[in-house]
Amino acid sequence: MTAPVISLDGVRKTYATGSLSVEALRGIDIRIDPGEYVAIVGPSGSGKSTLMHILGCLDVPTAGTYALAGRDVSDLAETDLARIRNEEIGFVFQQFNLLPDLTALRNVALPLVYAGVAGHDREQRARRALERVGLADRAAHRPGELSGGQQQRVAVARALVTEPSMILADEPTGNLDSVSSADVLALFRELHDAGRTIVLITHEHEVAAQADRIITILDGQVEALDRRSAS
Amino acid sequence: MNWLETLRTASDAVRAHRLRSRLTMLGIVIGISSVVLTVGLGQGAQNKVRDQIDALGSNLLIVSPGSSTGSGGVRGGFGSASTLTLDDAAAIADEKVAPDVARVAATTSTTTSLTVDTTNWTTRIVGTTPTWQRVRARTLESGRFFTQAEVNSAANVVVLGPDTASELFGRGDPVGRTVTANGTSLTVVGVLAESGASSDDASEDDVAVVPVTTGQRMSGATSNAVSTVYVEATSAGSLSAAYQEVQAALLTAHGVSAADADFSIATQDALLETANSTNRTMTILLGGLAAISLLVGGIGVMNIMLVSVTERIREIGLRKALGATPSAIRRQFLLEASLLGLAGGVIGALIGVAGARVLPSLIDQPVSVSVPAITAALGVALGIGVGFGVYPASRAARLTPIDALRSE
Repeated sequence: MTAPVISLDGVRKTYATGSLSVEALRGIDIRIDPGEYVAIVGPSGSGKSTLMHILGCLDVPTAGTYALAGRDVSDLAETDLARIRNEEIGFVFQQFNLLPDLTALRNVALPLVYAGVAGHDREQRARRALERVGLADRAAHRPGELSGGQQQRVAVARALVTEPSMILADEPTGNLDSVSSADVLALFRELHDAGRTIVLITHEHEVAAQADRIITILDGQVEALDRRSAS
Repeated sequence: MNWLETLRTASDAVRAHRLRSRLTMLGIVIGISSVVLTVGLGQGAQNKVRDQIDALGSNLLIVSPGSSTGSGGVRGGFGSASTLTLDDAAAIADEKVAPDVARVAATTSTTTSLTVDTTNWTTRIVGTTPTWQRVRARTLESGRFFTQAEVNSAANVVVLGPDTASELFGRGDPVGRTVTANGTSLTVVGVLAESGASSDDASEDDVAVVPVTTGQRMSGATSNAVSTVYVEATSAGSLSAAYQEVQAALLTAHGVSAADADFSIATQDALLETANSTNRTMTILLGGLAAISLLVGGIGVMNIMLVSVTERIREIGLRKALGATPSAIRRQFLLEASLLGLAGGVIGALIGVAGARVLPSLIDQPVSVSVPAITAALGVALGIGVGFGVYPASRAARLTPIDALRSE
């Protein structure tokens, strides 16, 4: 039996603003195994974003434990979290978040820079990742010279380049038209078929329907864990 | 992330915002170039004074009439007082009185117009003795210096400085020709070679030297008064002994105590020190102004870096999400500020050096730019970049990735 990629156990997150304290997550238990394609859905205000931050090691839970790839990351210091993010997580954002002054190739190579990979090796790996998303011929283009869908594929290449334990996509189609959205979702499906673990966070049910499993968050709790059976 | 990568990232950022980077550097550029120039001006002025004083001769004591008192008053006016005479010079020259004195040259000085045919030229007439040539370490370009016999007979002879000669006679050889001064016809017997002083300082080369007796007759002087007595010590080591001897001899000759001395003795070092202290004050003053402009430039760097951090908050968030540690972010912004500082410093130093080449022809002041001064200026520029980059850099490092990513 392989260890789960993600194992959340009674995770709570409380934000204190002045005298007011808001409980964004109220005890979440989630387990995601390697190779799974999971969508996390929920309306705005459900705690979905907070959950994404904790899953992405951008924040730590107030209570409960979070094990990522078999390692407890519940209360690591900032520097250690940075290393975990670099090694274990490939982020895909709604806003693409590519650096406008860098070429697609250098954008893809960016995580490898922080991983301390040497220049030549880095370029080769970035090139392979761009090939993987079908944009090898756009390596020298800057983000401004690419369409939205292409930019998001560059971002996916960047998420793949470190060979992370999971790809964490936060509303990846939120800024795309329907054609580009379908394009990016097809890419995720392909990556999943190749064995990648993908966690997709979205509020759109059509997008979530692409995943093998849907976890619904409501009022800071997991509402239902359901095997995707429809359609 | 190693330093080389960080450097590349930082220089990318500097180049990506060209206009802003240039404006940021401007303060540093102005500050560094003015520091290089002011220090160069100060050094140039010091070198010039040193050359002038060196050109006086070597192992010299300069005796002047009158003396400044400790309380700031002047006893017997400088130069105008008749407290120093040819007899004093003769007394100092006595080997028994002052064994460490090698030579003595008493001089009078007046300004007169010299005439040759229709050309006339106003210059300084120095009346002195043949020892002057050795004491002042001057050589002759042509002809000869006048002799003691010519001093004794107050002969109408003159030795011209090279500049005076060329002003009066053009390229022709003046030796044997006649110049008229105050109605006295003087035969030119020799022309001095150029003094060692810096080329733009003409005063030592624009001069007419006559026997002291001739000079006194021409100016209608009735006393034996002289304006300066140059005393050459036998060696550098005996300079202070010669100083004591000259002082004692003159006090005896004048019958006064040291407290009432009506003359003053200066060494070349003392002259240099006096001149340099004035220069130093100017250099400090101007350098201070330049330093303030550097400080302002540094604050400019900090200001722009803070704006840059705010503007690039998403970039910082993204880099953090992708695995940049706080120290990697801090390094990136610190290096960026240092690059701005250093680039500003290099440009400023180049402008300073260029200014040092152009300025002397505009204001007739030598500017000397030294390698240590430029190195120090670059160090300061880099230091300003680092110093004023610390705060913006640590602000960038402290941003949490969520807040940074969330901002629009």
